[in-house]
Amino acid sequence: MNSLSDFVLVSAMLFGIGVYGLVTKRNALRLLFAVELMINAANLNFVAFGQYLPFENGAGAVPNALGQTFVLFSIALAAAEAAVILAIVVVAYRLHKDVDVSELKSMEG
Amino acid sequence: MVLTVGSAIVALEAKEIIYGAIGLAGSLFGVATLFFLLDAPYVAVFQIAVYIGAVAVLILFTVMLVREEKWAKEVPVTSMTRIAGIMTGLAITIALAFAALDTNLSQFGTVVNPATFVDIGDLISTGDAPILLVLALVLAASVVGALTLSRADREEKAQ
Repeated sequence: MNSLSDFVLVSAMLFGIGVYGLVTKRNALRLLFAVELMINAANLNFVAFGQYLPFENGAGAVPNALGQTFVLFSIALAAAEAAVILAIVVVAYRLHKDVDVSELKSMEG
Repeated sequence: MVLTVGSAIVALEAKEIIYGAIGLAGSLFGVATLFFLLDAPYVAVFQIAVYIGAVAVLILFTVMLVREEKWAKEVPVTSMTRIAGIMTGLAITIALAFAALDTNLSQFGTVVNPATFVDIGDLISTGDAPILLVLALVLAASVVGALTLSRADREEKAQ
């Protein structure tokens, strides 16, 4: 459990579970869970590749902090996204008394 | 790894959605431990603070606020949808796993030159500083949006 391919495999499994949730679930909160899992799979890939593949310049390998930096930004964005989605869920629940996305027809075009 | 993947399945498949939220928190914690294994303690602590400290608690509070038996229990989906979901998830997982194994990624066995706090801070405060500023604006906008949503709702209720 310490080579790059192990982390990429875990990330692939998390992403697959997230896709499964997006396809099968109708509850808005479960959809949020699935999206969070997929975001975490992407974050894990970013950090793993960033840590295992250092930059090469003329003087040798230098640490590659880009992966970790992007993940910090990504986590902050995901938190903002979760806050907005949860606010929408609360409003939808108060308006419709339901959070089943197939029942929320008032936003249809 | 088992904690991460197992809790992810629990998050989506638990009968009660509140157990699903706890499963999601477990899965996020598993990812944080993987970050520790990757020699990235700063990101791991950030993940625990933001995801488990904020997002998971936010989800738990939302579940408790709008809880109702009707949807707190999972509505059973048709078996066709479930099979389609399992097939899609498996296909994507297998494709990604083959891509990872076929490119011989296991040759990278150890983290030789991990990035430290100094490298991250250097990058954030110099090259990526505009991204940080834009991110601050996005966060502010999302917080204002969330507040507006709940406030508009309260006004409707008062009328």
